[in-house]
Amino acid sequence: MNSFSQMQDKVRDVLRRDRTFNHTIVEEDVFLQGTHSVHHNTLDASHGPVLYLEDVSVSFDGFKALNELSLYIDDGELRCIIGPNGAGKTTMMDVITGKTRPDTGLVYFGQTMDLTQMAEHDIAIAGIGRKFQKPTIFPEHSVWENLELAMKTDKGVWHTLFTVLTSEQKDRIEEVMLIIGLQELCYARADLLSHGQKQWLEIGMLLMQDPRVLLVDEPVAGMTHQEMDRTAELLTSLAGKHSVVVVEHDMDFVRSIASQVTVLHEGSVLAEGTMDEVQNNQKVIEVYLGE
Amino acid sequence: MIINHFFPQFMHKDTGGKLLLSLLALITIIVVTFNFLVAESSAWHMPTYMVTLLGKYLCLALLAIALDLVWGYCGILSLGHAAFFALGGYAMGMYLMRQIGDRGVYGNPELPDFMVFLNWSELPWYWYGFESFAFTALMILLVPGLLAYVFGWMTFRSRVTGVYLSIMTQALTYALMLAFFRNEMGLGGNNGLTDFKDILGFSLQSDGTRIVIFSLSALALAMGYIASRFIVESKLGKTVVAIRDAELRTRFIGYKVENFKLWIFVFSAMLAGVAGALYVPQVGIINPGEFSPLNSIELAIWVAIGGRGTLFGAVIGALLVNYAKTYFTGALPEFWLFALGTLFIVSTLYLPKGIVGLFERFQNKTSENKLEEKTA
Repeated sequence: MNSFSQMQDKVRDVLRRDRTFNHTIVEEDVFLQGTHSVHHNTLDASHGPVLYLEDVSVSFDGFKALNELSLYIDDGELRCIIGPNGAGKTTMMDVITGKTRPDTGLVYFGQTMDLTQMAEHDIAIAGIGRKFQKPTIFPEHSVWENLELAMKTDKGVWHTLFTVLTSEQKDRIEEVMLIIGLQELCYARADLLSHGQKQWLEIGMLLMQDPRVLLVDEPVAGMTHQEMDRTAELLTSLAGKHSVVVVEHDMDFVRSIASQVTVLHEGSVLAEGTMDEVQNNQKVIEVYLGE
Repeated sequence: MIINHFFPQFMHKDTGGKLLLSLLALITIIVVTFNFLVAESSAWHMPTYMVTLLGKYLCLALLAIALDLVWGYCGILSLGHAAFFALGGYAMGMYLMRQIGDRGVYGNPELPDFMVFLNWSELPWYWYGFESFAFTALMILLVPGLLAYVFGWMTFRSRVTGVYLSIMTQALTYALMLAFFRNEMGLGGNNGLTDFKDILGFSLQSDGTRIVIFSLSALALAMGYIASRFIVESKLGKTVVAIRDAELRTRFIGYKVENFKLWIFVFSAMLAGVAGALYVPQVGIINPGEFSPLNSIELAIWVAIGGRGTLFGAVIGALLVNYAKTYFTGALPEFWLFALGTLFIVSTLYLPKGIVGLFERFQNKTSENKLEEKTA
């Protein structure tokens, strides 16, 4: 159905005798209505993908960081995104989290939330968590406080001023601390942690937000092999309950966790598939793996 | 510890704060006793000018706490904080002007002297209401708060940070100074507001009134300290420090950073307004000089010397530097600015955490020594 006939339907609907007075009530998302009801600000991933990027382009001073990029992330999947430097991986994350606005294209979270119209903090509250390339934690706060600050709760100013931790919230912090293995460093200042521990703390902060989608930028940069294995274990255990999108350079690491791999090149998708498929793709070998 | 019974829960670990509030109570008792209860002829009598001087210091200490909240905890270096102090002071000054009534030089019951001198025939609209103390008290909070709200709303929303924000606050106070210098502003031009007679019917010159205002200043400092401590110990305080250290991270875990900055900035401006309002009846004058950018910079120096991000450090810095200022400007007037400059350089080079940091370093060393003794 094209939008003109939908408009006609809408006008007809408004003019119907039995609904004379109802046309003043604004119906939301007339164009998006399917077989089920749709609400704003609640995540609707009923059609499979939880994150939609369609024909997204971003350019900085003429340089096209993203070039008509289309990408769909399914609910609960673990997706690795690889690509040479400058392929647009970080810009893609910036677009999803609202840090950079795309010049053209659609970015939807579920089927109803237009991420290009939302502020960073609203996107975070809606359920998209992000780990930065460089571990970014609150250095002067303890591990506990870092997790407490990230916790999913009312993040308004007045609520934050008077709130006191409930026992459920304390349990949740302890639970996450166990997952990331930092329970013994609970009261240590975060800037005293090792690089790998900082990475985990940041992942823990993401978990505290209880997001639907985790965007993880280079989680194993600067980690030892043991730390890498633990991180791989952690990320695979998170998939299923959350969608996890990992941007990574380390091929061994990607091979150890990924079921689906997307290769970015010059701001658009070059190839998509399992690691084996991607590795045998001629185009991919040319630009990336065949060094 | 028994002493904890006297303090709210959130201050139990705040040794510096407990010490500060206890000292403040002690000083207030001493001042009241030796000025008011000891006879004037006695050698033990404390002269009233000293009471007023101490009261002034306490107001400046409250101002320093206000700056420490936004600078030390939120990382907003406001170089225009004295503007909020001066606005609070002007609000109080307007009330005190209205209290003069027909006892002015020109004897006009409605208009302050400077308006009669300028041949004004009626009171400008913004002077309405200032004959009431309750209205004035409201304005002392509202005027600085509103300015901070409008200024903060515009700058934080546009994500102006760091040195650019500092320059803008400096420009703000400078612009206000130029505006208040104008006679057309209706606030006394470069002479400002002065020649106050009484407050709530009590003569400002009497020892009793001065002692009460001094005690109120001590109370305001204590309450301001406790409120600020409550804020920085709350989750909001932790969020604000998080914004200072990693603004982007805070934004991406779902906090609307602008709102937090705005809230703490407005609260701080109101605190500064109260400090200014208590300052003016003790010094007896408020003029546009209080808006001078130099005042705000000096204020930042007090906080830096005392120790940022500790609250009581700001109080120590304010008291110490102002005492030094009183001493030097009396004994060696030409050396004061050099002394201030030297203090600032020494504190930035050797005491990055101020005087409080020095104590902490000393304390850590002694506890390390103890630990070594134990393990040896």
